[in-house]
Amino acid sequence: MTTTRKHYPLALAATAVLEDPLPTAPPQMMRGAKILCEALLQEGVDTIFGYPGGAVLHIYDELYNYRDQLHHVLVRHEQGAVHMAEGYAKATGRVGVALVTSGPGATNAITGIADAALDSVPLVVISGNVPSKLIGTDAFQEVDTVGLTRQCTKYNYLVRDVNDLAEVVKEAFHIASSGRPGPVLIDIPKDVSGELAPFVYPSHLNLRAYQSQTFGDPFAVRQAVEMMCNARQPILYVGGGVVHSAGAAELLALAERLALPVTPTLMGLGCFPSGHPLSLGMLGMHGTYWANMAISYADVIVAIGVRFDDRVTGALNKFAPHAEIIHVDIDPCSINKNRVVQVGIEGDAKSVMAQMLELLPAEACASSPARLAAWWQQIDEWKAYSPLTYQNSDSEIKPQYLVEQLYQLTHGDAIIASDVGQHQMWVAQYYPFNGTRQWLTSGGLGTMGFGVPAALGAQIAFPERQVVAFVGDGGFQMTAQELSTAVQYQTNLKVIIMNNGFLGMVRQWQEIFYDKTYSHVEMLSQPDFVKLAEAYGATGLRVADPAQLRSVLAQGLNTPGVVVIDVVVSEEENVFPMVPTGAGLTEMKLS
Amino acid sequence: MKHTISVLVEDRFGELPRIIGLFSARGQVIESLTVSPTLEAKISSLTIVTSGDEPTIEKMVKVLNKQVRVLSAFDVTKLDHIEREMAFIKVKVNSETERQKVLNLASVFNAKVVDASEEGFIIEATGDCNTVRGLITALKPLGVQEVVRTGAVAIQRLPEAAEKMVSGF
Repeated sequence: MTTTRKHYPLALAATAVLEDPLPTAPPQMMRGAKILCEALLQEGVDTIFGYPGGAVLHIYDELYNYRDQLHHVLVRHEQGAVHMAEGYAKATGRVGVALVTSGPGATNAITGIADAALDSVPLVVISGNVPSKLIGTDAFQEVDTVGLTRQCTKYNYLVRDVNDLAEVVKEAFHIASSGRPGPVLIDIPKDVSGELAPFVYPSHLNLRAYQSQTFGDPFAVRQAVEMMCNARQPILYVGGGVVHSAGAAELLALAERLALPVTPTLMGLGCFPSGHPLSLGMLGMHGTYWANMAISYADVIVAIGVRFDDRVTGALNKFAPHAEIIHVDIDPCSINKNRVVQVGIEGDAKSVMAQMLELLPAEACASSPARLAAWWQQIDEWKAYSPLTYQNSDSEIKPQYLVEQLYQLTHGDAIIASDVGQHQMWVAQYYPFNGTRQWLTSGGLGTMGFGVPAALGAQIAFPERQVVAFVGDGGFQMTAQELSTAVQYQTNLKVIIMNNGFLGMVRQWQEIFYDKTYSHVEMLSQPDFVKLAEAYGATGLRVADPAQLRSVLAQGLNTPGVVVIDVVVSEEENVFPMVPTGAGLTEMKLS
Repeated sequence: MKHTISVLVEDRFGELPRIIGLFSARGQVIESLTVSPTLEAKISSLTIVTSGDEPTIEKMVKVLNKQVRVLSAFDVTKLDHIEREMAFIKVKVNSETERQKVLNLASVFNAKVVDASEEGFIIEATGDCNTVRGLITALKPLGVQEVVRTGAVAIQRLPEAAEKMVSGF
């Protein structure tokens, strides 16, 4: 006999009593704000990144009572709150939670929400709104938050009745974390968080139209395995889906058993050990020469948890013209979206790879090295023809050298968050990640200002780990105020500014495609980043001499507390190789 | 090419704008849209007419199916189906001859007169989109003043009916 307390309809109450001799206590009445806190606890939440305001006053009042269970991080800007929740989610694999007020609180959060939508980050963003009866009256700090966020969330809710709140929270966490993960927004009008309702946390979900497939169609998987075993020039093209599904072990087994070359996307870095002999490094616009050549000449591409993004494929009509493609993705909309594939398998990357492993015939595995010998020889030739390299200097710090030094000093174990631009690509190229959830970057939306708050979110999740925000001088200034948050919570966050005084990636494009017309890309006035760090209560360091770089970096990384290291690097270094827009992957500029 | 997409969606706050937004976010134009309740409480049926090549429509249907509250979405155009729409057509007449012409045309198109005055008629026309458009085109030279159309509704034929279909039905 179950003793679970249910909220029985009146007509059934008598029967319920007969079946259950224990006295049934009525559910406790709580205000919406408390229901929200209880529901968050039920979902295992322990950290919330937020910023208070009028519409969330009831919630904040209640959060004070829950301060020992729900650790609230007071950010300095709502965009920061959402990026921190993203960093927390990317580093832990759990759902990140952000809390913002109505109007500007919600609009400031939107950049982060859109970022999470494009990079499939599981988030629950809670926004307050004006009281129900004021909705639609242009009330103070009113915007149509569900309207504004509808196209950049996986799903969103306007809670119109406090009795729905617990169910909405349960659904939101499920939707955010299942299938292809993504952000879910819950908009709660102020009266709803203040009204009383019985708190009953639903035991099951009522989402009849929502389901996602875990295992792939066995017939298609069999077909895929057959293609993989017969391929002469195969390649594994893997991405964020492997990270989300925790499928790194299956990927390693699959690659090793068939001796397959592996190329990860920007979002997949770390899902396959970069130092592994089967790894070709990243592909795409700034991918390695040999990875791009290999995928271009492949006869079978096994694409797992990727979406054939334009930064990966280059000109679609020139992408892998000879290849038959197997595409495994949890999102059916990604399959056949940009490139028509021969075998599309809807399913979770880890589960489908496990299915593949079960079907792999021993003979094919045994004969793989011989079958692929010529292919590997070709790949090695490409690698020898154009290795990843740069011209180092004695007089100025080369950004690539900086990343290499950072890699050595952190033993490749740090969690690195980046902004967007040249520095991001250099980390991708010169920091060989060996594990997942170590690399936090904004890939899809390309959000400058992501790095510092995302790193802080990860640092709060893992106070003992080495977490580094590696940012440019442009992006840093978009969310630099979160240094204050980092100091308030006594974190050990390290920020490295790759300072070239330019919006480097835009400058690079202007140099190459616009005849060096440097239109509005030079930051002619910069704050003194050392003094800025000190003003926030952090430690500031600066280095411009390559001979001192290593010692200054080491000093910064070993100094407790928040440290900002301003690294002055060459002004006009370019990221190569580079696939120009509109070109195919084989049409890379190598220098 | 025109496609008619049929969608069953849980009737929740904000679902309609979410679905419409999926079209505009992809640069797809909605030519007509009908929304109505179904036999099951809290489930709505949408019929959406849009244009595009096969891959575009296929992607659209997939995106619709992916939505949290969408129970099913499919391209009806691919199936054996019946499609109808209704229109009210306000026609002005200036003479007895014109009056007769309008009535004749209405009867040819199996349309009904639902309102009449000295000045003209309101005609209710039902049929597939071509029929309705045909009647409007035929009436235009006589002075059509206003037209309102429901947009298409579509239903898949019964499996047996498709085989037994009689010509002219």
